[in-house]
Formats: sequence, structure tokens, C-alpha cells
Amino acid sequence: MIKVSQVTKRFGRVVAVDQLSFELDNAESIALWGSNGAGKTTLIRCLLGVFPFHGSVTINGIDVGNHGKQTRSLVGYVPQELAFHDDARLGSSMLFFAGLRKVDRHAAANSLSMVGLQGHERKRVRDLSGGMKQRLALAIALLADPPVIVLDEPTSNLDASGRGEVVQTLCRLRDAGKTLVFASHRPDEVITLASRVLVMEHGKLLKNTTPTELWPTDAGIQTLRLHISMGSDEAAATILRDAGHVVNLNGHGLCVSVPRNRKAEPVSVLTRASIEVRDFEILDDIQQSPQENPA
Amino acid sequence: MTTLAGKPHLTRAGSHLSRTGSIISFARREFRDAISSRWFLLYTVAFTVLAVAVSFMSLAGSGSQGFAGFGRTTAGLLNLIMLVVPLMALIAGAGSLAGERERGTLLYLLAQPVSRIEVLLGKYFGLALALCGSMCIGFGLSAGVLAWRAGSVGLSAFAMLVVFTCGLALAMLSVGMLLSVVSRRTGVATGLSLFAWLVFVFLSDLGLMAGTLLFKLRVQEVFAIGIINPLQAFKMAVIVNMNASLDVLGPVGMYASQTLGNSLPWLLALVLAIWTIIPLLIAVILFSKRASV
Repeated sequence: MIKVSQVTKRFGRVVAVDQLSFELDNAESIALWGSNGAGKTTLIRCLLGVFPFHGSVTINGIDVGNHGKQTRSLVGYVPQELAFHDDARLGSSMLFFAGLRKVDRHAAANSLSMVGLQGHERKRVRDLSGGMKQRLALAIALLADPPVIVLDEPTSNLDASGRGEVVQTLCRLRDAGKTLVFASHRPDEVITLASRVLVMEHGKLLKNTTPTELWPTDAGIQTLRLHISMGSDEAAATILRDAGHVVNLNGHGLCVSVPRNRKAEPVSVLTRASIEVRDFEILDDIQQSPQENPA
Repeated sequence: MTTLAGKPHLTRAGSHLSRTGSIISFARREFRDAISSRWFLLYTVAFTVLAVAVSFMSLAGSGSQGFAGFGRTTAGLLNLIMLVVPLMALIAGAGSLAGERERGTLLYLLAQPVSRIEVLLGKYFGLALALCGSMCIGFGLSAGVLAWRAGSVGLSAFAMLVVFTCGLALAMLSVGMLLSVVSRRTGVATGLSLFAWLVFVFLSDLGLMAGTLLFKLRVQEVFAIGIINPLQAFKMAVIVNMNASLDVLGPVGMYASQTLGNSLPWLLALVLAIWTIIPLLIAVILFSKRASV
């Protein structure tokens, strides 16, 4: 369904995506995992063909670089946060995007009801909650029933309940045979949704693996947020990665996903490297089960 | 349209229809956004009030007795239009794409099955319709006042004023769109558009005067350089259409009347058309080739 070959994207001197290749079958679900600046968002934009890049991306055999408009008709995109005119009403926004996707108003109504937003058509976008905005973005992505859905950290701005709703909807879509590509900082989402994980760092693909290989445990996964000395974040992340941990350095701090029975390991690794861990908190407690993980 | 294999298969005619449909969708949205915005309301009210005020003053000056009511108003509106219309069109164009880029909405639009050309042209046509509609409201009310009080003498010149004003607005909007494409932020685009307005309205005239004195330019050279400025082309076109002599513009006007005769209005219209097409074309090329959103 999607074939990415030697994709490189530079912004001036900065190489945002570096010689990245992978393939994705129909109805497969793949997670992009990595710290902020790893190149996940840029890779997603390359898949959408919104700017030129080196290398090649094909979706359903069609080249994104040369036929971006055609390939985008096969892809529904959900951004991190819905960027749309705040004054616009939900109904008119849906009709505008329905016009761009060449579908009628019935498809727009169906799409809204699929994400539970029917009856809110008169509301202005600015009056929607974060969760509703994200569901609106999902409704727009589903308008023309595209075979591929691309999502850029779709739950990062949502509370636990909003997150749960979006993840449930995505599970339904995956089970209905949609191909999913999504960026995430949350191991629980990756374990629940993805059959494969691309671990990226500094624009490069470090691992093309499965969630179970990334977090090999039956005990479940916990994400720890470590509070360490100012300015040592990058060094700490590198040390933890070298020690085999799955690390995320993002706007929320330095997060490490570890098996429940090995929570002390990251702290001792950093202490041995003379980096002081002032405190830590537990963010997630994921009970991994085979039913949740199609891989 | 998708075949069974899932590959989109569009005929050439279907592709054109699809492209036109997307442009219309963007134009409709841009028009709706523009007419519901404060700047549009303010501009329409200000332009209408000024146009009607100029009409009443023209009538007062002519004793309300039909003495070329439209003609005097046309002359009175000319300077007002040369200041206000370029400013509004440049700012409207400059804010269009740069504003979308700054709000983060441009990426979302480009992630839809549309091309960059469709986005840009759709926005251009939507804004053009809003601008011209806004001016036509002012001109329409002004024409109503004049027709009621002074009959229809000079109506054709007034109609040509409306047509050329729309032409000037389209040209300045193209320049504004070009500035919007090359600017990452709305503030930068607006600053550039204000500078462009200063150049068109004041600096180019001063430069031409200084150049004429310094380099002792011949009259035909002054004319050729003068009409490069779309505002000068607009001014000459309106004066010519008022059946007035271009002698009021001095030796350059006399030269233009004598040399070009009846083809002068067409030449001036061509200048405005070029100022509409070329900046828009450059904007389309630059926007299509942008390495980022």
C-alpha cells in the first residue's frame, strides 16, 4: 500500500529525514516513535506530498512526488491539533472539505455521525472542546472513505477520556481494514493500535520493529517521567538509549517506557553516569494483552 | 474517482472539472470569510461614505443641474481611489496565504486532494470578488445619488471608472498575493505591502521626476516609464475615458494623446492586465516550488 524509498528532506542545513525507507501493507497499522525533532512530522508531510523531498514515496503504486493530488485523495490526514478558521461553523467546514473531496452532503453527515458529532453542525469551531476538534479532524479525514489514515500525534492535546474515544475510533478503523500511519509519544497507544513501530531519531530510522519487541514483557509497561538537572536532558536521553531503553524527549520532559518490574533501572543508569535524577513520576500503566496487540 | 485497483483515473476533462471545482470551493470560502470580516465591513462603509460624499460635493459644485454630475464625481473620486484601492487590495492579498501559514491552516489545506495552484487561485478569485463587490456597493450608491439628482450625463465615464478601478484592484491584489507567498508571517507581508503601496503611490512619481531632471529624459521616455506604474496607467485611462484632454498631464499627456490616439485606453488597460497576470504567475510558480509549507 505504501512504499517509502530513501526519503530525505532537508530544511536548509538541517536534515529532518535522512535516507528513510520502509514498506507498509494494506490494512497494516504502523506507529512512528521518537523524540521531538526525530523527523516524525516531516515524514508524515512527505507521505502527504505537501512539499518536495528526495527519494520516492508511492501510495497504491502512485508516486506522491509527481501525483500528490491523486495520492492525497487516498489519504485522510489528522493533524496534532485541528487548524481551521475558528469562526467557521462545524457544518459549513464539513461541507467545504466535502467539496474538496468531491463527496456530497450525505457523506459529510455520515462522517460526522461516525465520530459522534451529529447535531453539532451549528457550533463554531472555536466553541468545540479539544476532543471534539480532534473528532472533527477525524470526520474530515474519513469523508471520502480513504484507504489510508495518517495521524500526527492525534491524542497529544486530549485528556484521558478524549484520548480513549479517539483510540477506540482508530481501533474500529483498523479493524475495518484501514491502513494507519500515526506518530505517538504514548506506548499505550502504540501497543493498542500498531502492528509495527518505526523508531526514529535525528531523521534516521533506528528500528523497524513490533511493539512486543520494543517492550518485551508480559508484566506490562510503565512510562516514567524523569526530572533531571537542567541542560542534561539530551545527554541523559542518549545514555538511556545506549542502555537499551525506549526514550522520548518531548515538550513534557524526558520519558522512559520500562517494564513494570524494572522501574529503577533508568534511575540507576543515569546515576552511574553522574546525572542526578531529582524525581520521577509514573505516567502510564499498561497491561499488555494479546487481544490488544495484533502483532 | 478510483478504479477497482484503487488508482485514481481521471480523464483530462475530468481533471479540469476537478480543478475548477476546487478553485470554486476555495473562492467561495475566501469570499465568505472576507465578507464576514471586520476589514471588509470597514472598507465597504468607508468607501461608500466617501464615494457618496464626493457625489454630493460634485453636485453642490455644479448647482445640482446635471452639469456632468457623473463626470465631476469621476474626477473627484480619482484621487481617492488611487490612495484607498491599492492599499486595501495589497493588504488583503498580503494577508491571504501568509495568514493561513501563520495560523497553521495552510498545511491542513495542502494535505487535502488539491494542488497549490488551486489553493492560490481560489483565494485570489474569492478576494477579488469580495474587493470588487465592496467597491461596487460604494459606486452603486454614488451612481444612485447622481442619477437621482443630476441625470445620466457622464454615466459612461463613470462606468469606465468602475471597470478600471476593478482592474486596478485586481492588479494590486496580484502584487499582494505575491508578497504573501514570499513572506512567512502576516506582519512581514503587511509591512511589504505597505512599502509597495508607498512605492506605487508616492515614490515612483518622485523617482520619475528626479530621473527626468537628472537624466534629461525625453517625453516619450517619461511616458514609457510613467505607465509602468499601474496607478499612472489607471489615472490616464480614467482621464481619457472622461473624454478629457490629457493636456492636463502636461507634455507627456499631449504626447500620449497625439501619438497613440484611440489605442491609448487599450494600451493602459493592457498595462493593468499585465500587472494582474505577471505577479500572479510569479506567485503561482514560487508557491508551487516552495520547499516548505
